[in-house]
Amino acid sequence: MSFSIPAGLEAEIDELITHYPVRRSASLMLLHAIQEHFGWVSPEAVQWTAAKLGLEPINVHELLTFYPMFRQAAPGRHQIKVCRTLSCALGGSHALHRHVCERLGLDAGAHGLQTTKDGKFSVEFVECLAGCGSAPVMMCGDDFHEGVSGKKADEILGGCK
Amino acid sequence: MSAATKTDNNPAPTAIEMIKVKVDGRELEVPRLSPDWQGKLAPTTMIQVCEAAKQDVPHYCYHPKLPVAGNCRMCLVEFGTPALGPDRKPLLNADGTARIAKSPRPAIACATPVSPGMEIYTSTPGVKQMREGVLESLLINHPLDCPICDQAGECKLQEYSVDYGQSGSRFVEAKVHKPKSVDLGPRIMLDAERCILCTRCIRFTKDIAGDDKLGIVNRGSYNTISTFPGTAFDNNYTLNTVDICPVGALTSKDFRFQMRVWFLKDTKSICTSCGTGCNVHIGSREEKIYRYTPRENEAVNGHWMCDEGRLNYKWIQRTDRLRDVLVHGCKSSWGEALREIAHKLKQAPPGSVAIIGSARQTNEELWLLSRLKSRFGAISDSFPRDGQPDKLLVSADKNPNSNGARLTGISFTEAGINLAKIADGIQGGVIKTLLVFGENVVKRAVSPAALSEKETTTEAIEVHGITADVLAKLETLIVSDILPNETTRLAHYLLPGCAHAEKRGSFTSTKGRVQKFMQAVEPAGDARPEWDFLQDLVCNVTGKEGFHSIEGLFNEMAKSVPAFNGLTWAGLGETGVSVKI
Amino acid sequence: MAQEYKLILKHADEPGYTPDIECYLRHGGYDSLRKALTVPVVELSDGKKKSAQEQIREDVMKSGLRGRGGAGFSCGLKWSFVDRRSGKPIYLICNADESEPGTFKDRQIIHKDPHQLIEGMIISCFANDVKLAYIYIRGEMPKGAKILNQALKEARAKNLLGKNILGTGYDLEIHVHRGAGAYICGEETGLIESLEGKRPYPRIKPPYFPAVLGLYMCPTIVNNVETLCNVKHIVGMGGAEFAKLGTPNNTGTRIVSLSGQVKRPGYYEIEVGKATLGQLIHDPEFGGGLLDGRKLKAVIPGGSSSKVLKAGEKFKLKRKVDGKDVEERPIFLIFLMISIRFSKRAP
Ligand SMILES: Cc1cc2nc3c(=O)[nH]c(=O)nc-3n(C[C@H](O)[C@H](O)[C@H](O)COP(=O)(O)O)c2cc1C
Ligand code: SF4
Ligand code: SF4
Ligand code: FES
Ligand code: FES
Repeated sequence: MSFSIPAGLEAEIDELITHYPVRRSASLMLLHAIQEHFGWVSPEAVQWTAAKLGLEPINVHELLTFYPMFRQAAPGRHQIKVCRTLSCALGGSHALHRHVCERLGLDAGAHGLQTTKDGKFSVEFVECLAGCGSAPVMMCGDDFHEGVSGKKADEILGGCK
Repeated sequence: MSAATKTDNNPAPTAIEMIKVKVDGRELEVPRLSPDWQGKLAPTTMIQVCEAAKQDVPHYCYHPKLPVAGNCRMCLVEFGTPALGPDRKPLLNADGTARIAKSPRPAIACATPVSPGMEIYTSTPGVKQMREGVLESLLINHPLDCPICDQAGECKLQEYSVDYGQSGSRFVEAKVHKPKSVDLGPRIMLDAERCILCTRCIRFTKDIAGDDKLGIVNRGSYNTISTFPGTAFDNNYTLNTVDICPVGALTSKDFRFQMRVWFLKDTKSICTSCGTGCNVHIGSREEKIYRYTPRENEAVNGHWMCDEGRLNYKWIQRTDRLRDVLVHGCKSSWGEALREIAHKLKQAPPGSVAIIGSARQTNEELWLLSRLKSRFGAISDSFPRDGQPDKLLVSADKNPNSNGARLTGISFTEAGINLAKIADGIQGGVIKTLLVFGENVVKRAVSPAALSEKETTTEAIEVHGITADVLAKLETLIVSDILPNETTRLAHYLLPGCAHAEKRGSFTSTKGRVQKFMQAVEPAGDARPEWDFLQDLVCNVTGKEGFHSIEGLFNEMAKSVPAFNGLTWAGLGETGVSVKI
Repeated sequence: MAQEYKLILKHADEPGYTPDIECYLRHGGYDSLRKALTVPVVELSDGKKKSAQEQIREDVMKSGLRGRGGAGFSCGLKWSFVDRRSGKPIYLICNADESEPGTFKDRQIIHKDPHQLIEGMIISCFANDVKLAYIYIRGEMPKGAKILNQALKEARAKNLLGKNILGTGYDLEIHVHRGAGAYICGEETGLIESLEGKRPYPRIKPPYFPAVLGLYMCPTIVNNVETLCNVKHIVGMGGAEFAKLGTPNNTGTRIVSLSGQVKRPGYYEIEVGKATLGQLIHDPEFGGGLLDGRKLKAVIPGGSSSKVLKAGEKFKLKRKVDGKDVEERPIFLIFLMISIRFSKRAP
């Protein structure tokens, strides 16, 4: 499979690289840009990024596998992150997570990112999202939702096209 | 202290301030700055001081020749510094000694610089407890498969467990499982479950070998050493990571499951695969060689050696080794053959003898050949072996002893310049007797055909005129070698010789380091060390009794070869002496 | 009675307050920056000169401002450690990783009043001769990153950022750098490694003190979002005035993040040391008491790395036993996370 980066994305990437006196620093931002475009980061994308930054592919692969936000396989189109840290746990985030999973037909007990068969949704538990005062909180894509009840969660899921 | 002497590997020391520190109550004076992993001066660390005080500090990630990582915490020690009053003056105890303020927190000895008056405590109950704690956590997910682990017997986890381990485990959860038998590269296997993530291997390949191919992937207790998927860890120095891996995570494909390390006899030797002369340990058991590992020598190879050199030992145990003395193809005895050869040589008219030595022979052997050379006014030379050098250790000269050949007078500034003359001499009927040692002259005259295992693959082969047809013109062809080849097959007198691992001797490296090596295993069949039978031959020819020990021979040679003047066998020590070349 | 004191959050929650630069300017925004950039050089009695930068740094020292990122280290002192003689560039990084469980104050500032942070940053950069600065924002705040990028763009357009800021000859660029989900990236040396494109393993100290060997082995200042916002106010009101807020040893205000089983969880800005844990939990101004039927079990006062205080526990503060129980403990703590675990409803 040949891998190519569209010109627009490459221009964005080239601009990001100028933010740093040392190219390697741009690694995270490049991975974000690539993931935003493709939905995930393929091994070819890792090699491309490494070459772009004058690095060894392992240098980039190390980051890809460390940071949980990066995907090594295509996730669902809508990604749900439910906070499970203490304040949210006290505020009912486990029930919320279970509710979301059940509604989408996913196994709430399974470890890691769970994706629906139709590839529409992915659900995962994450650590404190800095919204503890309005627990439980969750993210749907880039959107942050506070005080999420089961009903509110249904509305959020329903709003995903 | 005596005046500092200037040698090539110790530049004249500039005055470094000395400071007083205490290790477990013992005071010592240490330099404020010490060489770091690159040899650059940096603040002296606690671990360096403890080493100077001969106080062992257990450690995993620290390695004197790698950048400090400080990730394993095994080296935690307690310490104190002189207490200061509000006026910033040191506070004193009633007895006038400096009052020490003990630090409430321990420090990692590998990364913490010492300061004047510092006291380091390595044997307190607190330190013991920390070591126990670190060890316990390192063993949480460890598979504890020592019975089948190649590292067993030289494993730091085992060693420190003996000192600080617990007999029972408090860990009741399920262990994290990680990849096992991972093919990391052509020569390395990884067992990720045994890995303690000290990053020595990563730092070695990045900062020493200059090949940034290893990293840690995943996160937390799933952290795993890896290459980029689908790529191999395959530089020419990979096996050093097996040596420095403190546990059995990285193993050598060549050595794994071959032999328990505690059965191995250890012999100090030298790698012969290039002119660098890396110091090695030969690990053998019952006349069989199992591995080479690098032997520390700051002046030569530091702690490292290349993979090619390390694995180039199997030819020694080839079954087709030359084991018999042959005279015109028939089995003979050393006494008979040497007598006949001496007889022939003594009758040879001046100028009718040529000697082709090998820069793979030892200084002593080449010197004995040079004595024959001067006795007969012979023309001589040796073969150059050129290959690809690298930036770290590998030399372009694939002979281990080119300098020895030159300094003893067998070859000249440029090895090989006399070969054409020798060919012409034979062709023209002037040269009637040829001694060839350890070189397959015929193959070298032909073309770079398939190389024997003994040859390193990168070497270039030069073409000269000494072909089989030319050799056929000789009256006497005396050949000594280790493995059979086209030249040995043409020999009138064939004298089976020894690999370096089967004898003692010395080499002079590309940089002029004269280094000796010891015997690890017995020679094959009737084979004898070349120096030994050359000594007999010289004695037969000159009538003078020679030396029957390598010590005597070396010392005699040192007197007669100007570059070696003043050297003695004993004086070479384990790491050799540099001479002017 | 303890009450809120709004300095940082003065405008953020006002109805109609928007994160754009026009709104910020209408509320006196960037006045402190203008003031900082035009501090006149002072001639000292011994003939030496004291630059504007030195004066601002002195003022920050005088203000007694302590870091709001967790360690509570004196901001002025931290700046004074910066190696200014190395000849290497000095970097400033705003720590917006906010991932300490229980903290949710920086998010408010970034989302609602990004220019306050940017103004604080520009002043701090100016005071420390920084030409290039980063905002390291946690990956899970994509909106926050967008808002900051927009705000930076606005500031650039008004020449508050970029080349020759407001005609003073001072150049500064600030970039937003996104994390990707790692609590450890909040630790300053881990953050620096992450910003260098490496796995965010914290560095060993010594030798890697950021003030000397930080980003790219250059002197580097890492400050929390709230800390940098405070710098704006210190320049605005003067360090001495700022020091009057709070307690002598711990000045200014704190944004307390209150979460758990209280009636009114949320963030509250208070003068440091002017409210006790008990007041925060029970006063109608703040937590408004426990949810009905709950009993206080424990309080976690400073995020997951702090000691868990059990209900009724007597504790030691600076070695002096003050015999007060948990709820009476004065708040000196950095970000405050109160989780109140409940026992089962009384039968
Ligand atoms: C494990 C760990 C996590 C941290 N997380 C954060 C964080 O999310 N945000 C923050 O501002 N500081 C965090 N810190 C503190 C920083 O290391 C650093 O002290 C702070 O950014 C300095 O800013 P300040 O002086 O303005 O407080 C963390 C420290 C540790 C040890
Ligand atoms: S493989 Fe060995 S050397 Fe490498 S990190 Fe693991 S334990 Fe250390
Ligand atoms: S560098 Fe040369 S001497 Fe050293 S191990 Fe390699 S081949 Fe042997
Ligand atoms: S605990 Fe869920 S947002 Fe903090
Ligand atoms: S040896 Fe010091 S931390 Fe590993």
